[in-house]
Amino acid sequence: MTDIDRVTWDVVVVGGGNAGLCAAIEAAETGAKVLMLEAAPKTYRGGNSRHTRNFRCMHAGPLSVLTGTYQEDEYFDDLIRVTKGKTDEDLARMTIRDSEACLPWMERHGVAFQPSLSGTLSLSRTNAFFLGGGKALVNAYYNTAEDLGVRVLYEAEVRHITVTEGRFEGLDARIGGKDLRIEGRTLVLASGGFQADLDWLADAWGPAARNFLIRGTPYNRGVVLRDMLDQGADSVGDPTQCHAVAIDGRSPKFDGGIVTRLDCVPFSVVVNRDGDRFYDEGEDVWPKRYAIWGRLVAAQPDQVAYSIIDAKSRTLFMPSVFPPEQADTIEGLAQRLGLPGNKLRETIDAFNAACREGPFHPTELDGLATQGISPPKTNWARPILEPPFFGYSLRPGVTFTYLGLRVDRTARVSAHGARLHNIWAAGEIMAGSILGEGYLAGFGMTIGTVFGRIAGQEAAAHVA
Amino acid sequence: MSLDITPTLTATEEARRQVEICNACRYCEGYCAVFPAAFAERSFSDGDITQLASLCHNCRGCYYACQYTDPHEFALNLPAALAEVRVESWDRFSWPGGLSRAFQTRGVALAGALVVGIALMFLAIRAIGSAGGDGFYAYLSHTAMVAIFAPAFLFPLAALAVGVRRYWAEVGGTPLRLSDVTAALVDAGRMRNLSGGAAEGCNYEKGDRYTVARKHAHHAVVWGFLLCFASTSSGTVLHYVFDMQAPYGLFSLPKLLGIPGGILLTLGAAGLIALKLKADPALGAKSAWGGEIAFVGLLGLTGLTGLVLYAGTGTALVGPLLALHLGTVLAFFLTLPYSKMAHAAYRLAALARDAQIKAARG
Repeated sequence: MTDIDRVTWDVVVVGGGNAGLCAAIEAAETGAKVLMLEAAPKTYRGGNSRHTRNFRCMHAGPLSVLTGTYQEDEYFDDLIRVTKGKTDEDLARMTIRDSEACLPWMERHGVAFQPSLSGTLSLSRTNAFFLGGGKALVNAYYNTAEDLGVRVLYEAEVRHITVTEGRFEGLDARIGGKDLRIEGRTLVLASGGFQADLDWLADAWGPAARNFLIRGTPYNRGVVLRDMLDQGADSVGDPTQCHAVAIDGRSPKFDGGIVTRLDCVPFSVVVNRDGDRFYDEGEDVWPKRYAIWGRLVAAQPDQVAYSIIDAKSRTLFMPSVFPPEQADTIEGLAQRLGLPGNKLRETIDAFNAACREGPFHPTELDGLATQGISPPKTNWARPILEPPFFGYSLRPGVTFTYLGLRVDRTARVSAHGARLHNIWAAGEIMAGSILGEGYLAGFGMTIGTVFGRIAGQEAAAHVA
Repeated sequence: MSLDITPTLTATEEARRQVEICNACRYCEGYCAVFPAAFAERSFSDGDITQLASLCHNCRGCYYACQYTDPHEFALNLPAALAEVRVESWDRFSWPGGLSRAFQTRGVALAGALVVGIALMFLAIRAIGSAGGDGFYAYLSHTAMVAIFAPAFLFPLAALAVGVRRYWAEVGGTPLRLSDVTAALVDAGRMRNLSGGAAEGCNYEKGDRYTVARKHAHHAVVWGFLLCFASTSSGTVLHYVFDMQAPYGLFSLPKLLGIPGGILLTLGAAGLIALKLKADPALGAKSAWGGEIAFVGLLGLTGLTGLVLYAGTGTALVGPLLALHLGTVLAFFLTLPYSKMAHAAYRLAALARDAQIKAARG
């Protein structure tokens, strides 16, 4: 490793997730001398990309594993719906259009796709699933990068970027426990958001954020993002917001990933620590509500809630990673969950009394609503009667943060309104430019791939 | 003294713990038959775990793709967990009991069987002798060979049949239909479960890079073995039906089948051993690593000694070479129900059962 700080690298890539890898591969393919600095150890490399599973892709006809067509306007409408208009239309449309050429590029660089997973058939037209998930994609890209001669360093934490008069000159990093100065001619920032820095989250959201679970990598601490913002880089995205969903309350603090998802809420009664209901569990189908529930649970005492079902609903949703708590009586279940038994009994009795007869359809809005309680449950409201009773705890799980670096169509970063001379950004660190609110499945990977490739090409062209 | 020790899970319990986590993830669905079979269930009986374990061909694609491998607290290593279940289950099913663990897990046991087999053949040649035959039969009479090898072939098949019946009962198999058998043979013939789905190959000797080396080496062993078997069978037909006696010339059926078969078997086995030496032993059944290497070696030796015997035909070495070859074959057959060779039968049974389950689901 002694040579690392004696070389002036053509392109230095900070962050070894999807976006950084795409940038490194594009740059190395032009013959540029590329160094990639990944903060995580090798086993945890890849940032949040290792937890992803698909890529949202525009296509005019069947493409690889994708069926039918998914055109620009429909894709853009989907984006507008989730962001409620908080997007940059020009950048968004460019990303959408570029996605179509990205899929074959991904396949050429080692990514294998598989048909839509069981339980996700609704995405088979819009989202191409990675065989084995995001970690397999990350592995494929690391192999491709290695074959192209990209130098990769793990446990390489970048502390400070030296920007002088709008020009990147070098950076300070702690690599394998040693402080090093790295010189480079261009810089690509692809180091993600700040969701793993609980102090920063608590500053932005309030102290409750310390009880949030972080669904992804513990290495996205936003060190480089903050360093750039401190130096006047232009930002985008709401600095106080993060994307949080309701997940299994027993999940690991970090890196729980996909398996911590819980889909039982629409078929359940959800109470807080005190045994009180607080929101309509049946407002809409779960894929459209899990993000709202992240915020709802975050607003409850101790940032925790409990979803209660009975035997008849046990198989209506995807299996959970941990088995639920189980008891033959509501009081018994309350005891197992640490809830006040009498209060839970009261809440369930009141809910049951408000249920009425009617057709129940678990896969569609069935209008089977409660009568005369507040809050109501407006769909799938069936009494909780048949033992055994099951209970899951719910906590907010943070997926990503919105604050990031503002970029233009060439992925170039700016400061004080002026483009920086030789610094580009890609992936989560700039995704707020396009995804200002909400989330669209597989779109993070699309932004990362499109902008990663652009950033790599632009940086390589700069030194050519 | 504290009795508060963490209970260790049995191989089946550990595999169940892991499969339940997989069932909440499903990212690996496209790799092989294990995942669609698992994801159709919500809970897993011991028999379900045995069936999933026998479907797994240890291609390791799922391990390298997994976001939950050690040091993650979920500590998933599904290829190893299922491999351990397989080793245990074959031991449980084998008849008579107890032999399987020895031959699966201890290479030295197989080596011992080999020595015994060769010694027995030297003894047989010395004690029984030719009874006036020609060619190979100048060393050991045809009658003596049949007297030794007919039971040495039929007994292991019977023992293996008992094991497979026990397997079938444990996984809840229903009466076999032709379509189940066809499906199993097609899957095995193509090694579909070593294909890695769209990724084309295994993650074996090169870590997370996909290669087809293992699939090709395995194909060479299978087809080499079948050609050798066909060669021997054709010799039997020539002997009894056409009254033509060994050794046969180069352009005879036994040689035309046996020489390419022996070469494929020898090279394939050498390839499998080389790959296994490079692959990470922690992703397989660690206890069975030595036994597996020894088994592939023994299998390769049956091919190699056959080729050497052919090369030595007409020289003074035929006697010892014959003893060497026949002794190797004898050791191979006698240990067959208890060595890694048994996997062929259990895998076919698992593939047939999988076809039944898929057909029942529609």
